[in-house]
Amino acid sequence: MRIICPFCGERELGEFTYLGDAKPQRPAADAGEDAVYDYVYLRDNIAGVISEYWYHGGGCRAWLKVTRNTLTHEISAVEPAAGAGAAKVGA
Amino acid sequence: MMRGDQANRLNNGGLIDRTAPLSFRFDGKNFLGFKGDTLASALVANGIKLVGRSFKYHRPRGILTAGSEEPNALVELRSGARREPNTKATTAELYEGLEAASQNRWPSLNFDVMSVNQLFAPIFVAGFYYKTFMWPAKFWEAIYEPAIRRAAGLGRAAGVSDPDHYDKAWAHCDVVIAGSGPAGLAAALAAGRSGARVILCEEDFVLGGRLLADGGTIDGLPAAEWIAGAVAELTAMPDVRIMRRTTLFGVYDGGTYGAIERVNDHLPVPPEHQVRQRLWRIVAKRCVVAAGAIERPIVFAGNDTPGVMMASAMRSYINRYAATPARRIALFTNNEDGWRTAETAIAAGLQVAAVIDARPDVSPAHRSLASKGGFPVLHGSVSAVDRGKAGVRKISVALTGGARAEVEADGLAVSGGWNPAVGLTSYHRGRPKWRDDIAAFVPDGAPPGMVAAGAANGAFGLGACLREGFEAGAAAARDAGRGGNIGSMPVADDEAFSLTPLWHVAGNGKAFVDQQHDVTASDVELAQREGFQSVEHLKRYTTLGMATDQGKTSNVAGLAIMAAVTGKSIPETGTTIYRPPYVPVAIGAFAGHHRDENFHATRLTPSHHWAAEQGAVFVDTGLWKRAQWYPRAGEKDWLESVTREVKAVRSGVGFCDVSTLGKIDVHGPDAGAFLDRVYINAFSSLAVGKARYGLMLREDGIVYDDGTTSRLAEDHYFLTTTTAKAGLVMQHLEFCRQVLFPELDVQLTSVSDQWAQFSIAGPKTRDLLKEIVDPAEDLSNEGFPFMGAREVKLRGGLKARLFRISFSGEMAFEISVPARYGEAMARNLMLAGKPFGVTPYGTEALGVMRIEKGHVAGPELNGTTTAGDLGLGKMMSTKKDFIGRVMAGREALTVPNRQVVVGIKPTDKARRLRSGAHIIPKGETPGPENDQGYVTSVCFSPVLDQWIGLGLVERGRERIGEIVRAHDPLRGEDYDVEFCNSVFYDPDGGRQRG
Ligand SMILES: [Zn+2]
Repeated sequence: MRIICPFCGERELGEFTYLGDAKPQRPAADAGEDAVYDYVYLRDNIAGVISEYWYHGGGCRAWLKVTRNTLTHEISAVEPAAGAGAAKVGA
Repeated sequence: MMRGDQANRLNNGGLIDRTAPLSFRFDGKNFLGFKGDTLASALVANGIKLVGRSFKYHRPRGILTAGSEEPNALVELRSGARREPNTKATTAELYEGLEAASQNRWPSLNFDVMSVNQLFAPIFVAGFYYKTFMWPAKFWEAIYEPAIRRAAGLGRAAGVSDPDHYDKAWAHCDVVIAGSGPAGLAAALAAGRSGARVILCEEDFVLGGRLLADGGTIDGLPAAEWIAGAVAELTAMPDVRIMRRTTLFGVYDGGTYGAIERVNDHLPVPPEHQVRQRLWRIVAKRCVVAAGAIERPIVFAGNDTPGVMMASAMRSYINRYAATPARRIALFTNNEDGWRTAETAIAAGLQVAAVIDARPDVSPAHRSLASKGGFPVLHGSVSAVDRGKAGVRKISVALTGGARAEVEADGLAVSGGWNPAVGLTSYHRGRPKWRDDIAAFVPDGAPPGMVAAGAANGAFGLGACLREGFEAGAAAARDAGRGGNIGSMPVADDEAFSLTPLWHVAGNGKAFVDQQHDVTASDVELAQREGFQSVEHLKRYTTLGMATDQGKTSNVAGLAIMAAVTGKSIPETGTTIYRPPYVPVAIGAFAGHHRDENFHATRLTPSHHWAAEQGAVFVDTGLWKRAQWYPRAGEKDWLESVTREVKAVRSGVGFCDVSTLGKIDVHGPDAGAFLDRVYINAFSSLAVGKARYGLMLREDGIVYDDGTTSRLAEDHYFLTTTTAKAGLVMQHLEFCRQVLFPELDVQLTSVSDQWAQFSIAGPKTRDLLKEIVDPAEDLSNEGFPFMGAREVKLRGGLKARLFRISFSGEMAFEISVPARYGEAMARNLMLAGKPFGVTPYGTEALGVMRIEKGHVAGPELNGTTTAGDLGLGKMMSTKKDFIGRVMAGREALTVPNRQVVVGIKPTDKARRLRSGAHIIPKGETPGPENDQGYVTSVCFSPVLDQWIGLGLVERGRERIGEIVRAHDPLRGEDYDVEFCNSVFYDPDGGRQRG
């Protein structure tokens, strides 16, 4: 398996570290315990297309948001994860 | 040299070099073969029929096939450290001096004591592991398992380290092709002519596949000539790489293929500086599977008798190796293709005893062949094999209509049709589909980018193989963006193929489905009767197809028998899931050079070579080698050296290389704000020129890491991590920076390898530093106070970073110089420190002093503790948000009865404290219900002259002075300890501030 890093090009899996689902966003400071609990622990176990975090530690050290099908391992998109997990202000 | 016997070698023909005789040993006896032989063909040429004993019943077995699907002819190849068990004689290339031994027999192949297992066959039936030996549980480990392993094993491992090297390599191409038979060569020609970068993998050492045994006419040329032409053309193409002795064994995500190249397995010992095998990862845009098909046996009583051989294998031995497996051959077939063996036998001057054909009709051409050859065609099936000393002797035939016949022969060729090699195409959970016309599974789709062609796709005719291969090769090249002229397609006639499915002939006596695992037809039936209806269950219960051959000759027959007893069709019964590797791959090949000292990378500290000169003892910490202590002449053990080092620091001055700490430069106007969010305590308020201890949590509220961070400028912090977490903290901080807090203007730079850092500690530290640092730098308490941090100039002009921080509790500094000066710094410290008795100290002394000071480290930052547990709860800022803040406030993480860090010392001062001991209240019975925690870190404290430690103990801090039991069942110890303040030494901290 290879991932096309937007900064480094197509690179081998061993250069990357997996983190997990990129959907949850870190709640704002005043969001309360329940919201943070959900953020820390609750994950969907998706059979199909999921957006997830990968870290290009063996390359440019960018955190990437990779769209991958968990059934086929097909990767359909890779983009920088900049700001992907930030609290939604006013949400 | 002796010419050798080779009584079964033909005088002419074959792809062997009669001018290159090779001597070899099998079971201690000397034989001769020729270059071009496999071990199996050389044994056939020498008339050896019995080559091993079977797995469970120790039945005598012969050679069944001529390829990598072989279930029986497994040998221990080579000797000593290079002894390799379960090697297929059918693929082992003969070399001068080859040594091989048959397996699974004792004391000898001809007389085997364990064959009495056959008499106890009822206990070895399907599922016997589960039924017979499950009770009592203790007996399994002690008695049953060792006994079974002795009785039912295969070859013996060498038992010593493999002296050879293995390699791993990557390759990239447009089209990778598995197999070099007619389909594979045609695919390579088309793709190569298109201009594609092609890799052609062939597991054999000769290209050509079945053409080598079956010949044929292609483009009007004899097969051998056509192969030579094709190979010459391919070899001349600069972008075509032909890899012989290479099996494509698996397909992985994104068009990555695994291949094993047996680089030097055909030599007794690899040439110097060469590897035995190489594991390839091939990245290809397209893959053409031209892996051919495997002829399948028919299951009948006595089908494992030596001398029973696949019909196609018999042709391989006769045509390719000019070796005759028998003199008088009977053929049992249910299809047209099997008849080729009769033709081959006649052409080689052998007798054909009879052809037993299970089909109702035989073609006129074959009828006339029979009458010309003077042998009968019997319509029916083989029902039994009468076995003499040399294997097959007489064959019983159940004729269609009920009559019986007997055929005398010393060899029985069997053809039950062909199974396309559907492994590679099915490895991504693909399920092959059933084709009634050939009664076989064929690929039904394939992983992305892969296509099967030729016999692997169920196209058995030579013309069809060439056509499919050529078209697949052309399409693959086109898909990869190559559009060159593909020239003309090689052409050959298609042979007729007719087959009447026949899987199992009912009869008396053992009829083997899986010969390698000794699974019989009745085992399959029994499993079905006992309720194992699913093929996956059948497989595991009977172990059918689970041996090293992965059931290449047995799986489909097993399914067919299962289908028959359940009254379902074969496609309804379905197949088990196919998984790589297609052939066994040695663990050594997967490891490659990553073994022994090269198992992982080794990181050396900047002062490593100097420390080694000093005779330091090194300890592995992660990838690092760190100096653990520096023994001196006359010291009787490590404890004496470590104690000396500690005393030297506490009374004078010492230094220690702490470069292994993770180091990160944090730059930017929002650097302080960023650190406020990742540490529990504030850093934006830290003054320039000061350092502060910081603690990081995970988002779930548990402590992640700690370290000292200094502010070198308004917008520049220098952060340190623990050695263990250096990489992970960098990754975590990058996540926080990039993903969570993109609004902060901050940059992170890993500088762990850029700075050599030394801790210099002890009351004479300042005296030593003055010899190193430029005299203009003020190192006084006022000019450089405790927790000060700034850049300084060294004597000679080099700039260094100096931090007044102390892990030892003594007056101490840490000094950082560019890593290339690290070794010089160590030598300088020794030189300049000589008048002050400077003493280098290692990680043990470092650990002793941190325990004496009650500092927490890895054993306390263990992934379960909170800041409060470590006694650092007050550091948690209430004025800001930070990673882990909310979750750290959860009830269970803040209850008062948590296990917290406390000091521990034995009441008997002479007693040694051991980490791992459990804390049990006095008078209570040791056990989980009374377990209040455990000892995490211990050392012998030279200051207190006794063993001391830290522990994580329920309400520990409230229990200072209480005496409890340290219960250590692992070491059989139980003794009294007292809780005390975790800061054993200089609790006011006066020494480090002085
Ligand atoms: Zn990258």
